[in-house]
Amino acid sequence: MNANALVPLFWAMCGGFVLACGGALSPSPRVARGMTAIGSAAGAAAGLWLAILVLAGAGSVSIDIPSVLAAAGGLSFRLDRLGAIFLAVIGGVTIPVAIYGFGYTGGYDGRYSMRWMALQSGAFLLSMSLVVSAANVLTFLLAWELMALSSWFLVITEHDRPETVRGGLWYLSMTHMGVLALLAAFFLLGGDGTGAWTFDALRDGAAGAPPGTRDAIFLLALVGFGSKAGVVPLHVWLPRAHPAAPSHVSALMSAVMVKLGVYGLLRMVLDLLGGGPAWWGVVLVTVGAATALTGVLYALVDDDLKRLLAYSTVENVGLIVLGAGAGFLFLSLGQSTAAALAFAAALLHVVNHAAFKGVLFLGAGSVLHATGVRDINRLGGLVKRTPWTAATFFVGSLSIAALPPFNGFVSEWLLFQSFLPGVASSRASIAVLLTLGVGALALTGGLAAATFVKAFGISFLAMPRSPEAGNAHEAGRAMRAGMAVLAIACPVLALATVPVLSAISGALRGLGGLPVSGTGFHAGATLETPQALARMSPVAIMAVLVSAGTGAWLAMRLVSRGRRRIDDTWGCGRIGQTPRMEYTSTAFAEPLRRIFGELYRPTDDLTVTEQPGSPYHIRAITYRTQLHPWFERGVYGPLMQATTTLASRVRALQSGSINAYLAYIVLVLVVLLGMVIGF
Amino acid sequence: MFDMAGVAVEIGQALLALAMAPALVGFIRWMKARMQNRRGAPIWQPYSELRKLFRKDMVVSRHASWVFHLAPFVIFGSTIVVSLLVPVLVTPLPFNAVADLFAVVYLLLLGTAFLALAGLDTGSAFGGMGSSREMTIAAISEPAIALAILSLALAAGSTNLGEIAARTIARPSSALSPGHVMAFVALFIVMLAETGRLPVDNPATHLELTMIHEAMILEYSGPYLALVEWASWLKLLVFATLAGNLFVPWGLATSLAPAALAVAFATTLAKLVAVAVGVAVLETRVAKLRLFRVPELLAVSFVLGLLAVASSFSVR
Repeated sequence: MNANALVPLFWAMCGGFVLACGGALSPSPRVARGMTAIGSAAGAAAGLWLAILVLAGAGSVSIDIPSVLAAAGGLSFRLDRLGAIFLAVIGGVTIPVAIYGFGYTGGYDGRYSMRWMALQSGAFLLSMSLVVSAANVLTFLLAWELMALSSWFLVITEHDRPETVRGGLWYLSMTHMGVLALLAAFFLLGGDGTGAWTFDALRDGAAGAPPGTRDAIFLLALVGFGSKAGVVPLHVWLPRAHPAAPSHVSALMSAVMVKLGVYGLLRMVLDLLGGGPAWWGVVLVTVGAATALTGVLYALVDDDLKRLLAYSTVENVGLIVLGAGAGFLFLSLGQSTAAALAFAAALLHVVNHAAFKGVLFLGAGSVLHATGVRDINRLGGLVKRTPWTAATFFVGSLSIAALPPFNGFVSEWLLFQSFLPGVASSRASIAVLLTLGVGALALTGGLAAATFVKAFGISFLAMPRSPEAGNAHEAGRAMRAGMAVLAIACPVLALATVPVLSAISGALRGLGGLPVSGTGFHAGATLETPQALARMSPVAIMAVLVSAGTGAWLAMRLVSRGRRRIDDTWGCGRIGQTPRMEYTSTAFAEPLRRIFGELYRPTDDLTVTEQPGSPYHIRAITYRTQLHPWFERGVYGPLMQATTTLASRVRALQSGSINAYLAYIVLVLVVLLGMVIGF
Repeated sequence: MFDMAGVAVEIGQALLALAMAPALVGFIRWMKARMQNRRGAPIWQPYSELRKLFRKDMVVSRHASWVFHLAPFVIFGSTIVVSLLVPVLVTPLPFNAVADLFAVVYLLLLGTAFLALAGLDTGSAFGGMGSSREMTIAAISEPAIALAILSLALAAGSTNLGEIAARTIARPSSALSPGHVMAFVALFIVMLAETGRLPVDNPATHLELTMIHEAMILEYSGPYLALVEWASWLKLLVFATLAGNLFVPWGLATSLAPAALAVAFATTLAKLVAVAVGVAVLETRVAKLRLFRVPELLAVSFVLGLLAVASSFSVR
């Protein structure tokens, strides 16, 4: 197909998102909601189709608008295959989320401005699609900043709640600290005096940059993109902003937006800089492992369903960075096929995580919608009251816990495999590092399984632990449809691993020193990693698993003659069972909390009130426990202190007296005149 | 080389594993009884238990959902899939390309997760206690098992079970290398934890406060209980076969000749008996560890795995 035929599709995508923005002009909130949903879904469908065409080899979209902001280089868009992978993720997640959002935001009618939300939703989606198709610094930074601001406005939708505003403030400061780092990185990258700010020119210029500059650019990019992706210790905004945002926005942010941090890192470090020395890879592997473990360990002990999911996003970003770090490490050692495998594993996890984290956040939103409760300790029994939500959340939980036969398992398996060639064939120090990386990966996987057994088991199974959970109602049709699409995507992506992987390896081909031809690993009916280190077939595993389970069911039906009786849960002879006898979320995580107690350093507070006159008869027991992530206090506490101190010093300038302000003006004028004359 | 006949042998050996699993558990129980100066139940006692359970009525809690009814089949099915992959008699088999050791670990984790969910489903405090402890142990044993796999994979150049076994058969001396031995010990410790044996969990206890596996399956009865128990016995047999046939693979058939298969059956049986005796001796000699001491045991296993990887690196 002619590449020019893709251009209308690009404009159709933008048009859809602009239509969503147009909801701001609609006469009624209901129409605004409808326009947001239809515009977003239409734009996302066009974007997904465009991405698929680009990935299928229809060429890349290239659009230049030099007249707009000509002094800074104009606007320039180029959608290549790497961008298309991420555009496909944006489109694929946005369609179900838009459908879900139509139902979910119904509860906002009359409480919050739907027109404002329509404007911001459209701008958010448009900016994300433009980030992945930007081809010069101005376009990229404009889209990036629009994305940051529109997502911030979406986060603070429920602005009448103090914790929402606090979470929003954290997000706003972290993301702008990131933008600052990015500005510096881009200026260093393009500051060679040629004045060319397109990515193509930067790529050519980067090769000749001195090593010190390249190192600085790498570190700045890590801070800038890492703050968006949520790598430790820049992840602090995620567990604050994600729970505060409306759930379908959380789904978009978690499943899509944080991945754009990964996109930026790959675009800048892999594509523009073309990889670097081995220590870049070592830094990324270390940061990735720390991020994955921190994320999962805090997810495990969290009792707030949405914050748990946010921490789990931190974990998964860690896994992705771990894979990318291994890729950079192999690239610097000249093992380009192993590098291609590691990058492919990381990108596959980007795609898979989008599916299951999307459905999980939508499910959490339905739970919130049905009960108004986010505390897992007060949920329970929802599997009977909200069967659709439960079933979709169940699929998402199994997938994110990396359990076969779902898609999370496939990408986790590939991550394991991508570490093997490095352990087998490089220097001793790197072999040990990667071995520890495998250990971190395995521990993360095991803890994620425990986390999501807790998240699903305590929230949805057994008896309701609060009246709100007991009176829960199932989500509406639009919400159910959105969740179902993403839930079905989880097993489908596992079955379609081979086509997805070949699209990904196509996107990586030739990027920054990766092999131009041949992907290194064979993806036929079974996946086979380079040098035949391992083989695995997701399709066959699913087929055998399903037939073995069905076989067992048939055999049991044939053999057993007994009847089935419904009765009480056994309770040591006591009569009646109440929800207070159930295990809670806090109790479930208690053993692991004790084992990793050094990390959590919980403050426990136990008060036992005795009956007057007898110490043996207890009247009441109160137990309060709280976790304060200590390194957040250690790192961000002094930082915030310093900022506040500085701000209050600066405030002394604002005396409120007109005379003082006039004096400032005169002073500045004199200094400026002096500078002009002096030069 | 192997086509229809290979697939037939593959399914045959999985069924053989399924058939032998109760006998393995019966043998361990009998050995333990003998060492404790008891007479002990006959080795085939577990078969009678299964027959009895399959005929019985079942009682299901009124709070249970579909998860409770789905779990026995997922647990049983996933263990069957694993037994299809493990070289019991012949290597390599057609299913070798379907999944490798990492997939085996995650398939077993699938069964564990379903068992834990079923434990939570009935709202019983015991079930929750068992689930919480089981997931704790499963989570912290993952890194140890991953490193044991890694060290095996480094020696064999692959994580697929067929290649690992074939490599050791081809180079017998590698079975005595320090890395190999350490990886074996690491895997043995993980096996004790994963299959709920002493010193991690006591399979003979019914004391509510100490049990793990028994606590999760407390609400199962009749045919469901039979499936869950059979699956856990099969899991033990799978681990014992892994320990035997990956680390000491001699005797495994590399062709489908009847004589080779007979030799393979005899040697596998001997290895299983050896592992069973080891477990029985251990269970008679050691006491159960406190739950919060288990991480230390698994840390030992992790360090052994790390040393195994490091040593295979230095030997190269």
